[in-house]
Amino acid sequence: MGTFIPNTKEEQLKMLKEIGYKDFDDLFKVIPDEAKVKGELNLPEGMSEIEVDRKVQGLADKNVVFRSVFRGAGAYNHYVPSAVDAIANKEEFLTAYTPYQAEISQGILQSIFEYQTMIAEITGMDIANASLYDGASAAAEACWMCKDRKHSTIYVSGAVDGRIQEVINTYSFGRESKVVVVPEKDGVTDAVALKKLLSDDPEASCFLVQYPNFYGVIEDVDELCKITHDAGAKFIMYCQPLALGALRSPGEIGADIAVGEGQPLGLGLEFGGPYLGYLSTKEENMRSIPGRLIGETVDTRGERGFVLTIQAREQHIRREKASSNVCSNEAWCALRAGIYLSTIGPKGFEDVATLCSSKAHYLADELEKIGMKRVYKGEFWNEFVTTCPDAEKLNKALEKKGILGGLPVEGGNILWCCTELNSKEDIDEVVAIAKEVF
Amino acid sequence: MKLIFEKSIPGRGQDIFPACDVPVKMPDVKAKKVKARLPEISENEMGRHYTALAKRAHGVNDGFYPLGSCTMKHNPRINEKMSNLPGFAKLHPLQPAETVQGANELINELEEFLCEITGMDGVTFQPAAGAHGEFTGLLLIKAYHHDRGDDERNEIIVPDAAHGTNPASATMAGYKTIVIKSNENGTVDIDDLKAHLGPKTAGLMLTNPNTVGLFDPNIMEITKLVHEAGGLNYYDGANLNAVIGIVRPADIGFDVIHMNLHKTFSTPHGGGGPGSGPCAYKDFLAPFAPGLVCKDGKNYTRAEKSIGNVTGFYGNFLVMVKAYTYLLTIGKDVPTLAQNAVLNANYMQEKLKDIYPIAFDTTCMHEFVIGLDPVYRKTHVSALDVAKALLDYGIHPPTIYFPLIVHEALMIEPTETETKETLDEAITAFREIYDRIFNAPESVQQAPQTTPVLRLDDTKAAREPHLRYTWD
Repeated sequence: MGTFIPNTKEEQLKMLKEIGYKDFDDLFKVIPDEAKVKGELNLPEGMSEIEVDRKVQGLADKNVVFRSVFRGAGAYNHYVPSAVDAIANKEEFLTAYTPYQAEISQGILQSIFEYQTMIAEITGMDIANASLYDGASAAAEACWMCKDRKHSTIYVSGAVDGRIQEVINTYSFGRESKVVVVPEKDGVTDAVALKKLLSDDPEASCFLVQYPNFYGVIEDVDELCKITHDAGAKFIMYCQPLALGALRSPGEIGADIAVGEGQPLGLGLEFGGPYLGYLSTKEENMRSIPGRLIGETVDTRGERGFVLTIQAREQHIRREKASSNVCSNEAWCALRAGIYLSTIGPKGFEDVATLCSSKAHYLADELEKIGMKRVYKGEFWNEFVTTCPDAEKLNKALEKKGILGGLPVEGGNILWCCTELNSKEDIDEVVAIAKEVF
Repeated sequence: MKLIFEKSIPGRGQDIFPACDVPVKMPDVKAKKVKARLPEISENEMGRHYTALAKRAHGVNDGFYPLGSCTMKHNPRINEKMSNLPGFAKLHPLQPAETVQGANELINELEEFLCEITGMDGVTFQPAAGAHGEFTGLLLIKAYHHDRGDDERNEIIVPDAAHGTNPASATMAGYKTIVIKSNENGTVDIDDLKAHLGPKTAGLMLTNPNTVGLFDPNIMEITKLVHEAGGLNYYDGANLNAVIGIVRPADIGFDVIHMNLHKTFSTPHGGGGPGSGPCAYKDFLAPFAPGLVCKDGKNYTRAEKSIGNVTGFYGNFLVMVKAYTYLLTIGKDVPTLAQNAVLNANYMQEKLKDIYPIAFDTTCMHEFVIGLDPVYRKTHVSALDVAKALLDYGIHPPTIYFPLIVHEALMIEPTETETKETLDEAITAFREIYDRIFNAPESVQQAPQTTPVLRLDDTKAAREPHLRYTWD
């Protein structure tokens, strides 16, 4: 039924004959018969566009879209300005591939160069790459960057999202390097334990901390950075990029690598993907960066232009010695992030961070009044954990009103998240429902 | 063209965020001192900036894009429309299972389609791109051997014609890459394969048809030999478009495969991504699969000996929506994709082979490779020059200098969504360029002339790296 093949059956046959084949069977006789599928595949009949539309819409309709979201934990419900969709959906951007041929790909190359600059700016680092798959896999790549012949053990804070820890572990199974989880205490990294672990291990290569961490707490990153550097290891900060509108950047703190999930920068929730792994670092680490890099150069007339560069790190040149196997990345998501940051500008970047923080603190204060106390003492930005008499009961009650409550976490507690999209009215409603339930 | 930072004027911009309706309260931590220098620009100026950038880009929608091994086929509009439905795009990945039943149903049905197409038993959608799928597949192989206490197997065999991602993925999975030669026909040299198989062989990674566009006639023997040596067979699905619906990797002895939804299954490439590289495997590898596995259509559980996740959530879900939409449209006609992809490639090859040296002059599959070396030796006009000359005809050049086994390679993959007229125009362009190589070689060496910038200095870019805008 449906097809996107333009040539008609008659044209196809004519083309076959023109180049000396009787039919398609004749064309495919280079494939041994024993390798071919016998008969037809068990797939449904193709459909017209209207039928497809109806069927897929039907599946979408079976899902619940919450009007009000108080859940984060790695995926954040931030506002996506209208310009982001309008611009990113231009088909020149959408239907191009990796800009191998620079002269007709200046638009893609320049947009990524601008993105690299913006990521370097918000993280306070020297340089950024052109994007990686998502935050968790970018974290695993960042840990790998720090490995050298003498240093291979990866240290990860126990207060880092378990999903990120897991991906780091998976990558390490491949690379056969040891991953050590530094214990968490009161919702933050146990600094004493970190110091001991690192000083006992001459092979320590890096320590990764989340900022703010999984529980929403802002760790004492200055101290952790110092401990890590004193032990001769690299300090990696996994940051919520929008938090950097309120918090000191990894660059200000002295981190070696900043990495994280770029989803808050103009991407929707999307049931987990496609998201955007960002990675930035100091200039000295340039040649060990995984993934694509765009650089500035000139053409034969001396005009400024942009190209894929420092490719001697990459799989198509270095093959088994490459810094990573990344080929396709998340360029279109990086384009969205660039448009997002250009739309909100430096003031918006701070405003959104202020809104997120203020809403979260208001919700925390209001929940405290009805007995749902914050579990950890540390300062927080837009996520925090509270006690809850019955998390499941509360979330069910919220769900009935079209509200996605916080994420139930260990100990019967709830990890709450606020963004600029949660109005005071929304927050008051959550608190009122909680009051009613308990 | 100016960078967006060079268009920035302090104080410009638009109001996206409302005033704060609760008391302003910030975390009590050390104050931020350094501000991010983001652009300050009006929506109108920004729109024009990106429109100008779009005009300096070339997508499938702009013209012919025969980039070998990348399957730049048409990206159907309905795919985009469906993936933008709020019922998919606005789902939080950690919503309760009962609120995402439609999404789970879609994933399950797509898994069934892909199992039927590949002959495999299960699929993980976790990998975000093809290379990521390779890495995942190799970890499945590693976990399998490890589980059997067979940790001696530390070698992955890769033909010299393989994609660079294959050896790079093998390294990431902790394997040593053993490169085997191609024979004079451009396919696997069986004797060289035999010479390298042994108790250390963890597996073979193979693209079939391979990167010179040839289907390996000895494929059944190759996969059998690897199995007999105790190794597993990995199918690099980058070239699946050539045989989709006609050959199923599982039927020809492969144990695990990745597919590129952004190639074979028509999802857009986005200027470099996002892709999606689902990894399909036979049942005996299921205990090691990443992510959550659903067997009854309702309950999701973690595989008992899972290698662990490779992405934070479930992979690139919206790309999966697009591929699913595509497969609903095509249905059981999938063999027509391969048929027309192969027909279009052979049509172009046939119409060019009287002048251009074809690397392996035989019936090709979905792509073919010109080896320009003999011409280059005579004229000093290189594959790069021909590629740049094509730009002036509005054609995106083929993949060049790959595969490495062909000197001065131009790898051409037209795909099935191009008309005979487009192919004829491209053939005319190639033939004109060929004439120019001999009659006006400098015109080819100085191409392009009509693009926004002329040839760019790659060496300067690498030697004096400027990877960001700097303010002085």
